[in-house]
Amino acid sequence: MILSTIIAFVVGGLVCVVGQLLFDVAKLTPAHTLSLLVVVGSVLDGFGLYEPFIDFAGAGATIPIMSFGNSLTHGALQEAEKHGIIGVLTGMFEVTSSGISAAILFGVIGALLFKSKGNI
Amino acid sequence: MDAKSYQPIVDQIAPKRPVLKNCMTAFLTGGIICAIGQLISYVYMYFFNFTERTASNPTVATMVFIAMLLTGFGLYKKIGQFGGAGSAVPVTGFGNAVISAAIEHKSEGFILGVGGNMFKLAGAVIVYGVFSAFVVALFKTILVSMGVLEWS
Amino acid sequence: MVMKSRLLTFQSRPTIISTAVTAGPLEKQSVFHSSFDVIYDDERTHLKTNEQGNAQLIEDTCLLAVRKAGLEIADIDVLLGGDLVNQMTPTNFAARELAIPYLGMFSACATSVSSLITGSVLIESNLVENVLFGSSSQHNAVERQFRYPIEYGAQKPPTGQWTVTAGGFGVLSHSKSNLPYVQSATIGQVVDCECTDPLDMGSAMAPAAFDTIQTHLNENGNDVPYDLVMTGDLGKTGFAILQELMKKSGLTSYPVKVYRDAGAEFYGNKSEFRSGASGAGCSASVYFGPIYNDLLARKIKKVLLVATGALLSPLSFQQGETIPCIAHAVELCID
Repeated sequence: MILSTIIAFVVGGLVCVVGQLLFDVAKLTPAHTLSLLVVVGSVLDGFGLYEPFIDFAGAGATIPIMSFGNSLTHGALQEAEKHGIIGVLTGMFEVTSSGISAAILFGVIGALLFKSKGNI
Repeated sequence: MDAKSYQPIVDQIAPKRPVLKNCMTAFLTGGIICAIGQLISYVYMYFFNFTERTASNPTVATMVFIAMLLTGFGLYKKIGQFGGAGSAVPVTGFGNAVISAAIEHKSEGFILGVGGNMFKLAGAVIVYGVFSAFVVALFKTILVSMGVLEWS
Repeated sequence: MVMKSRLLTFQSRPTIISTAVTAGPLEKQSVFHSSFDVIYDDERTHLKTNEQGNAQLIEDTCLLAVRKAGLEIADIDVLLGGDLVNQMTPTNFAARELAIPYLGMFSACATSVSSLITGSVLIESNLVENVLFGSSSQHNAVERQFRYPIEYGAQKPPTGQWTVTAGGFGVLSHSKSNLPYVQSATIGQVVDCECTDPLDMGSAMAPAAFDTIQTHLNENGNDVPYDLVMTGDLGKTGFAILQELMKKSGLTSYPVKVYRDAGAEFYGNKSEFRSGASGAGCSASVYFGPIYNDLLARKIKKVLLVATGALLSPLSFQQGETIPCIAHAVELCID
């Protein structure tokens, strides 16, 4: 357990360093950077590389935003394997993106509970 | 003063972003967030009988819940200033983008404000995640049906 | 009034008979806070939205300036003011409450001086008696419009600036002795050096400040030295670039004792404020607060106030446009 936590720490950290370089060197906005990383996650799953990455790094692979791309592509590919081209469309939403649902739910709850404060 | 001769002056005088320091703080912040995620998934695995694969769903939801608390109490922006991509890249950063927009636009009401503006920052991620998944899956399906690839 | 290309000289000496400055709770950390008349304990002045708080701040500051002049609001012939929010709704709503003739003015963060210049022209024309001028900004309202929601964890680079929550307004009237008056002014021209980074406004605005300062000093031809030339919100970055531009052009040989920037000094040297303060309220609160007080106390007797503004919108940035900027200059003197 200690080892996998350390691996999650290192891998997650390195993914974030890639993101930081996209911020500071490539001068991309956060929206551009995150969209790029999501597409990277999606493409990696297309090559069948993301699932082994999750097996190795655990949360270091599931917590960064790239895992969204992976979940969506994975669902699409699973259904496509069963039902062909139609499966591509139906499968995308089978594998729930818990991150998106959670963000929506907690966004509404957050808006009910909190107010922004302009402190530094 | 024309733009061509002005840019070298800006490059010389404007403070540069501290790339190395930012990368180190991003590594630290992102690493800690992922390590916490790993520990939370262990909680789900041992106490709630999730498997290693299925634990990622409640883990991500829990991380976004934590992001909501940190965002609401004004702490996530301090983590963001320190950690940069280390706080933006993990799913907590996605949660922060959605939740901060929802909180901010409450003044325009819940339908037009919260509902209409929630995805102002994070929308692109969902749009291109879905679109990319479609393109990749379509591509692979076509290649498999042509016999070039196999389902692994 | 004598028009010599871009220089306006005011023969009738329009006089600033009073000023008022208010600020939000965070601005208690400003090095200038002791010169502010009122510091609110809530950035929304206990109202529901940030924009309502901004409108209340404007209304309060205007009423205070009028009261300090020994006048009633009905004595004011016209209100000239503006802010950074879309369509300047906070100033519009404050003007509704003040119920006086109103000309909204937009020059981004240079509105403090553009409203003073316009007021001076009106006073010089002798068509009005008392003009209320000034500008303001509210941090949350501006930040969420131009950049990100307040609680979003974006990382500000070292060139980033902090929009202040503050307002500065004054009453301009015909010549009165022993009070600061407007001697001359230079209306700015848009300068665009093709900067595109909205997180580095200082670099974008410095060329505009340089253009206006150079024009004013060249055309003024007055040998009496300036005690102070102060720009509005170039910040530490923009101010350093301005000094480099002036050094390269030899402008530093003009008789100016001190160059300062309100934005660079506003929050002192606290690193969390990066390059310094910005916003329409930054120049207004500093010019019409501590600088006006220094003029009254005769610590300085001839100053050139050069407010700078970045004329972009959130849309223009998304469309890939560059950031055009402007700087307006007004010369205040006291006998």
